[in-house]
Amino acid sequence: MAKDEFQTRQFKVVGTRVPRPDGVDKVTGRARYGADITAPGMLTGLCLRSPHAHARIKSIDTSAAEAMKGVKAVVTRADFTAEPEGGENRDVLDNVMAGEKALYDGHTVAAVAATSRSVARAALKAIKVDYEVLPHVIDVDEAMKPDAPVLHEGRQQESVPEGYSQNVLARSQYGHGDVDKGFEEADIVIERHFTTAATHQGYIEPHACLATMGGDGKADLWCCTQGHYHVRDTCAELLGMDTGQLKVTSSEIGGGFGGKTTVFLEPVALMLSKKSGKPVKMTMSRDEVLRASGPTASTSVSIKIGVRKDGRITAGWGDFRYQNGAFEAMNGALGAMCGFAPYDLENVRTTGWEVVTNRPKAAAYRAPGAPMAAFAVESVIDELAGELGMDPIDFRLMNAADEGTKAAYGPTYPAIGLKAVLEAAKDHPHWNTPLEGENRGRGFAVGFWFNFGGNTSVSLMINGDGTVSLSEGNPDIGGSRASMSMMAAEELGIPYELVRCTIADTASLGQNDVTDGSRVTFAVGLATIKAARHAIDIMKARAAKIWGIDEEAVEWVDGAAQPAGPNAGKFEPMTLKEIAALASNTGGPIAGHFEVNAEGAGVSFGAHIADTEVDPETGAVKVLRYTAFQDAGKAVHPDYVEGQMQGGAVQGIGWALNEEYIYGEDGILQNPGYLDYRIPVASDLPMIDTKILEIPNPGHPYGVRGVGETGIVPPLATLANAVSRAAGVRMTSLPMSPPKLLAAIKASKG
Amino acid sequence: MSRIHVTTTINGDETEYLCEPQDTLLDVLRDELDLTGSKEGCASGDCGACSIMLDGRLVCSCLVLGAEAEGRSVETIEGMAKGEELHPLQQAFIDKAALQCGICTPGILVAAKDLLERNPDPTEEEVRYWLAGNLCRCTGYDKIIRAVLDTAADMRGAA
Repeated sequence: MAKDEFQTRQFKVVGTRVPRPDGVDKVTGRARYGADITAPGMLTGLCLRSPHAHARIKSIDTSAAEAMKGVKAVVTRADFTAEPEGGENRDVLDNVMAGEKALYDGHTVAAVAATSRSVARAALKAIKVDYEVLPHVIDVDEAMKPDAPVLHEGRQQESVPEGYSQNVLARSQYGHGDVDKGFEEADIVIERHFTTAATHQGYIEPHACLATMGGDGKADLWCCTQGHYHVRDTCAELLGMDTGQLKVTSSEIGGGFGGKTTVFLEPVALMLSKKSGKPVKMTMSRDEVLRASGPTASTSVSIKIGVRKDGRITAGWGDFRYQNGAFEAMNGALGAMCGFAPYDLENVRTTGWEVVTNRPKAAAYRAPGAPMAAFAVESVIDELAGELGMDPIDFRLMNAADEGTKAAYGPTYPAIGLKAVLEAAKDHPHWNTPLEGENRGRGFAVGFWFNFGGNTSVSLMINGDGTVSLSEGNPDIGGSRASMSMMAAEELGIPYELVRCTIADTASLGQNDVTDGSRVTFAVGLATIKAARHAIDIMKARAAKIWGIDEEAVEWVDGAAQPAGPNAGKFEPMTLKEIAALASNTGGPIAGHFEVNAEGAGVSFGAHIADTEVDPETGAVKVLRYTAFQDAGKAVHPDYVEGQMQGGAVQGIGWALNEEYIYGEDGILQNPGYLDYRIPVASDLPMIDTKILEIPNPGHPYGVRGVGETGIVPPLATLANAVSRAAGVRMTSLPMSPPKLLAAIKASKG
Repeated sequence: MSRIHVTTTINGDETEYLCEPQDTLLDVLRDELDLTGSKEGCASGDCGACSIMLDGRLVCSCLVLGAEAEGRSVETIEGMAKGEELHPLQQAFIDKAALQCGICTPGILVAAKDLLERNPDPTEEEVRYWLAGNLCRCTGYDKIIRAVLDTAADMRGAA
């Protein structure tokens, strides 16, 4: 067996609930987030944003603003002369600074840097933009029609058949078998149409950065991001810089959930700093966060599933129409891949559509594309179980994917945890306690997410006193410094407290991909273990040198080098600390490192149970009880695995019950604030019980799977199934906000 | 624009600063005094990340003007620990993993401390309603509520 594959072992550190290394900083206010830093002579930067959903920018007159006292730089698209020729970064530039057209309410059209916030605000008012307002489109189904207002000419890919608006940029198809034949074999066929509203990741920390660029073309950037290497590469291209001249340091990050995997302010701040010759700090207001940073796709989805009377699914079909805001994304494809992933299907066919509308560009949001797909598929599954008179979990168990199943999106699964998750839910007291009372209903659903690996670089230094400094390049968004330190301590055989993990800047490690795809505990953990093994190999060699024996004759046990057997010689074991103390005399500093483009991230499944009560007078929903089950592969720090499951579940509850982007007829966002864009608060919720399953990922030395995203996939459907049962009417449109639910209840009663 | 001179007490120390008339107390704390533990999540009083105590009353510092702090007493997250010794709530939040990204944590701790001083034996529902003005997007509140309830029990036991 290759060294990096899963091997059963007895863990000493991994699996315990140690205090996180950044805990004290975060409970005392000492931790520095994106907006918490200053620089001498710093200016304040602000963006001027389009008040129109869709408008041609005929001219921008910045002369009055530039003439104002205290204004040090004004930037428009004309300043970005190093335009990317194509690809993703062309859209990124168009998004961070509008070109010929403003494509959504809140789209940046200019920016200023001034000596104070009040001067900067006044300067924004002095900029004159001459707009030609154009017709706009907000709804995904409207945007697909041939006569819809078009955002981009000539960007449609060949995969899109004739008869659609140019707003439909791409179509992708997945599946196998013959769905027509499958539906003919079915005894029951249910087809439904579903919609979901766009929601925002809702991180409490608005985007913020501090850029400093000198006349020599060297620049430093501090920002809250999920991936500072990605920020560096993108900004360097947008500003026409050499990548190596831009050093990016990631601040503590106040939530991201996928929404901080791209750039918004950073290139603008760098350009303002370049032009002014001074450090420029920019922070978004909450209004700007909601109007201009990454919401999810809103969706329109059709699902058709056929079953035989014995409960076996004969065919699944789905059409996933996702609007991605003003620029291309692949949420529709991801939805089309994920929807049927939990099932072992002979015949399945799905289509994903990528549609642009006059809304902010959709950014990733925790398992992007998957929750809406699961909402649609799991709602029909729930209805079919009802028609068959089967228990919803038994019905899923009968059709569940397992090791060897050809997934609906193509690959064949290795060992997966879906059946274990279903069995755990079935055996849980929550499922086995009857839910009594009027207007109450229980819902159940499952969810799937791929998980990713990616480029990763880690360094691990053995200090002279036997402590360990670990450097990784992925911002710690939910406790990863603790997890990495635990894995390093586990592998080295030393106490957790002896390891300190730091998030290195872009000049200190090789490339590290963005913190996305639930990749960090898997991929950075893998690299940490390998870097530790590298350091162990060096320490074994040093011990061998001291003892005058072959390196191969030394083994590493419990934090110490020792002779591998009686033939190796008789020497007392040398601990890591003892070897470290002698490093200067045995060859110099000891450090391990590891670089990899990690593969083998294990897919993850989760299942949720929710009990709800509907108020028939108001349409308000109360969540009475909630339990989440998820396969973590191996839970390195169970507290933070539970935290991911709980946080994902509650974001999903918000998505299901309340959260939505509401647009007026004019295409302007009506609720860009936390009062009207209402995320769940403590009094809305019960405790979120969790059950971690551990079905080892064969592709990780400790069996780790990503856990960050799967938890948001089941709750939309779980709540829809629960509320539909409680209200006595099938809910097919999210959010199930009180007015919508009340209207549905009234309509169902004629 | 002429700036306003303010003398106030922050975490027990007499403090002077100059602010513009429209500056909020949060702006002053963060930008003038470098007390960045109070966070701006919304600037509209909806998220609670800037929660502080003003003359013993829990407020959002984004809804108070800097000039209004004249002659008053301000307590922020930076004043919660006594030297190296953390407040029991701070220690509980670390021990019970009641934070993930940590951006809401200062405001929640300030609010929770006020709750326990007013009501040493709150029910779960009382904790949930008291903290309903403090948004957290990472945790789903579960471990936060448990940490506050457990701390309350510990503090009652110690009293």
